[in-house]
Amino acid sequence: MSAIHDVIVIGSGPAGYTAALYAARAQLKPLVFEGSVTAGGALMNTTEVENFPGFSSGIQGPDLMDAMRKQAERFGADLRAEDVTEVDLKADPKRVISEGETYLARAVIIATGSRYRELGIPGEKRLSGHGVSWCATCDGFFFRQQEIAVVGGGDSAMEEALFLTRFASTVTVIHRRDQLRASKIMQERAFANPKIKFRWNSEVAEVLGDTKITGLRLRDTVTGELSDLAVGGVFVAIGHDPRSELFTGQLDTDSEGYLLVEQPSTRTAIPGVFASGDVVDHTYRQAVTAAGTGCAAALDAERYLAGGMNPRDMY
Amino acid sequence: MGTKKVTDETFEADVLKNDKPVLVDYWAEWCGPCKMVAPVLEAIAEEHGDKLDIVKLNVDENPLVTQKYNILNIPTLGVFKNGEVVKELVGARSKSALLRELADFI
Repeated sequence: MSAIHDVIVIGSGPAGYTAALYAARAQLKPLVFEGSVTAGGALMNTTEVENFPGFSSGIQGPDLMDAMRKQAERFGADLRAEDVTEVDLKADPKRVISEGETYLARAVIIATGSRYRELGIPGEKRLSGHGVSWCATCDGFFFRQQEIAVVGGGDSAMEEALFLTRFASTVTVIHRRDQLRASKIMQERAFANPKIKFRWNSEVAEVLGDTKITGLRLRDTVTGELSDLAVGGVFVAIGHDPRSELFTGQLDTDSEGYLLVEQPSTRTAIPGVFASGDVVDHTYRQAVTAAGTGCAAALDAERYLAGGMNPRDMY
Repeated sequence: MGTKKVTDETFEADVLKNDKPVLVDYWAEWCGPCKMVAPVLEAIAEEHGDKLDIVKLNVDENPLVTQKYNILNIPTLGVFKNGEVVKELVGARSKSALLRELADFI
């Protein structure tokens, strides 16, 4: 057991690193558990980020995260690529356990983000690694000149589909409804791309193939009719679920598992515990909004440590 | 002992004919999660290198092995014993999760 830290940040990504940056500049010497393989968060799997303000010609997701990380480190954040396995947020001081070590803190900022959602259908697990993928930037390369599919209708699905057209001969977007949820600009780009085709009102019932994917069994969401689509690969982009299991029984969540905070602050129901980024936000889910709430969490924590007051009464 | 680089040419000698179990990390320069799992594998190689060899195969430069084992996602971690694939893990994992998965070999 060690000294009592002012602030421990759990998680990295735009929210965690921004919280770390602000807490570090406030001389709080934050200890940051970035996660051993999730360090940098969801943006580590993206390519070009075109909508982070200040980067007029875009920036690669991993480069943006690397820059945020260095910026936090420059002001004294103690960054550890370790996983938190257990927390006791109600204890005083709060306890955070990582790799068997217990760390103590007066305030904890949670920024654990989200993970991609699985389809939960036959064949998906078995063929994961053999044609079923969640990461176009990782795996697109393996599907040169092949017919592949992307499941989903949001911005991430369109981004994956557009990226995959660099490799694949055709990309079929499979979507449950008859229109996309994606932003206008992404829709327009997808519609304009001659390699992208759409299968509307369709959901995947089964991934077909023995040792390697051969196709998808699709169900028409209107008529219920089944049909098979031959593909050499499928990329799943049907959304994300919050990584909030670590806090089960300690912090309240909504029905989907997102942590509840006293908006517009980042306060949870436990004094001294703040939550930010995608583990809270199921509405906006942008790098810049995550960074924004990470900043708010650090300011909330700073005020809390200064006097234990409700930040809402202080601005 | 750290990780070792293997290629299409050295795969047979270094992996298939290895007396120890071997974990093959299929990776590429452009793969974000591969970069995240790399230090975890280095650490495991340092700690458990006496029982398990950990080698890295760049899928860009070594298409033969990549195709032979139907590798379509990276990172994929394949464990070979006596020349056979005995376990396959797809996607990056935390160190504790990986150690759990590899418990039979270390």
